[in-house]
Amino acid sequence: MDIRIENLSKRYGSQKAVDQLSFEVKTGEILGFLGPNGAGKSTTMKMITGYIGIGGGEVRIGDKSVQEYSDDLKKHIGYLPENNPLYLDMPVIDYLGFCAALQGVAKEKIEERIRLMVRMCGLNAEKHKKIGELSKGFRQRVGLAQAMIHDPEILILDEPTTGLDPNQIVEIRKLIRELGKEKTVILSTHILPEVEATCDRILIINKGKIVANGTAESLRKQATGQEILKLRIEDGTADQILHELRRIKSVDLVEVMDRSMNRFELQSRTGASSKREVFKLCVDKGWVLTELIPIETRLEDIFRNLTTN
Amino acid sequence: MHTIWVITKRELQSFFDSLIAYIMLVLFLGFSGFFTWLYGSDIFLVGQASLEGFFGIAFWTLFFFIPALTMRLLAEEKKTGTIEMLLTKAVTDRQVVIGKFLSTFLLISVALAFTIPYAVTIYNIGNLDVGQVICGYVGLLLMSGAYISIGLYASSVTNNQIVAFLTALFIGLFFHLIFDVLSGNFTGLVGQVLSTLSLSNHFESISRGVMDTRDLIYFFSIILLGLFLSELSLTKRNLD
Repeated sequence: MDIRIENLSKRYGSQKAVDQLSFEVKTGEILGFLGPNGAGKSTTMKMITGYIGIGGGEVRIGDKSVQEYSDDLKKHIGYLPENNPLYLDMPVIDYLGFCAALQGVAKEKIEERIRLMVRMCGLNAEKHKKIGELSKGFRQRVGLAQAMIHDPEILILDEPTTGLDPNQIVEIRKLIRELGKEKTVILSTHILPEVEATCDRILIINKGKIVANGTAESLRKQATGQEILKLRIEDGTADQILHELRRIKSVDLVEVMDRSMNRFELQSRTGASSKREVFKLCVDKGWVLTELIPIETRLEDIFRNLTTN
Repeated sequence: MHTIWVITKRELQSFFDSLIAYIMLVLFLGFSGFFTWLYGSDIFLVGQASLEGFFGIAFWTLFFFIPALTMRLLAEEKKTGTIEMLLTKAVTDRQVVIGKFLSTFLLISVALAFTIPYAVTIYNIGNLDVGQVICGYVGLLLMSGAYISIGLYASSVTNNQIVAFLTALFIGLFFHLIFDVLSGNFTGLVGQVLSTLSLSNHFESISRGVMDTRDLIYFFSIILLGLFLSELSLTKRNLD
């Protein structure tokens, strides 16, 4: 089931939480939803799941509008809300059974689904405990399990990996990737490496508006204007090397990072690359090039650039 | 219907898991038993084979106990945020409201069922008017329904349980007492309207053994109005 969002808007009082948002997510795609706090991520997700009313525009799931068919569509959506609210007084198994029954899973299939979820989310040792007795990471797993219990075609996950330890994060990411092959997944997060690791496409929003939309690679291409290289060259004095590097045509800027170690940072002119020239220079002068590291623009920088004014 | 039952079952489970149900049962049976059999104008003092004493006590104990049961129904879910999880499942707001109403109503019914031995005992020692006793129980159930409905509404407008409890008592007090008292102070149409609004009048007329459609309509109106308003205040999240 595809999700299509057209000119989605929502106001809280005089503040526009979501402002004319339009995007699409296809089946088999994992969309990473990024943005600073208060950008409108959760509000958008709440509107897609039908928890809060749509202020303006339209959300279509499959070929049905959420506004008209909210009650029919809920069955196809698995939702992990922000902060992962759970009934703390219920044992894990009972809770999953309750969710399955509400989502209309056939009675004879409920047990099988619970068993599968318990295995998938690694809850076997905790399944008879009350949710209130579980640690944050295990609660998060219960939250994921309840979202997936009815095998929904659409998964909306609001910060799915908060509170998990690094091992669990890797497991959950793998799980989401696996699920994303045949389902439509939207997940929001603050953790940028996570988006790169799990998502096919990234959507960055700021103040309710889309500021970037594309794969991690295409965002990088847009953002990187100039090549940056880290160099270490031995067998020469720092001043001599600096002088020669500055004479290379394609070089825009060179800085000495560490004089005693002969480390430099070199920035090429827009559109040009100086790797070959640097190598040639070293060969000509008989220097040894011991380090040449191209610096990629980090997603963090792209994010910061796009969301701070 | 199945969905409503799933919600009802969970709520009932939660009443029993959190001991609220046991405390409520013990207190209710303790109070009503004490005043029916041992103290005040109890059966032995009155010397009549009638359950009117019990109905009079239950009339007041339920009035206080029901808001204590209903206060958490929606307020707690709103506070902890589980309401978002619940309402994004394949359920409608109405099913949630009805499910929660039924859970409390069933709990009260269980409490009242435990007092049936009173009736059986008196039936064996004297000449009990069975019709009147049945009417009395029906009256208590209808009254409970009305107060649960009011309590549910009070719980739907706030996320603080204490506020929900006090609001329910405050609204309930009008139906329980104030309308009745005021109706005595007014004559003409105003007095008549107030007297019609008074829940105690309708309860008395049923528990005397007269099942009047006007009384039934009165109770069902309050129940439906309360449920409707609760649903409305849940649905309100869509409008701002």
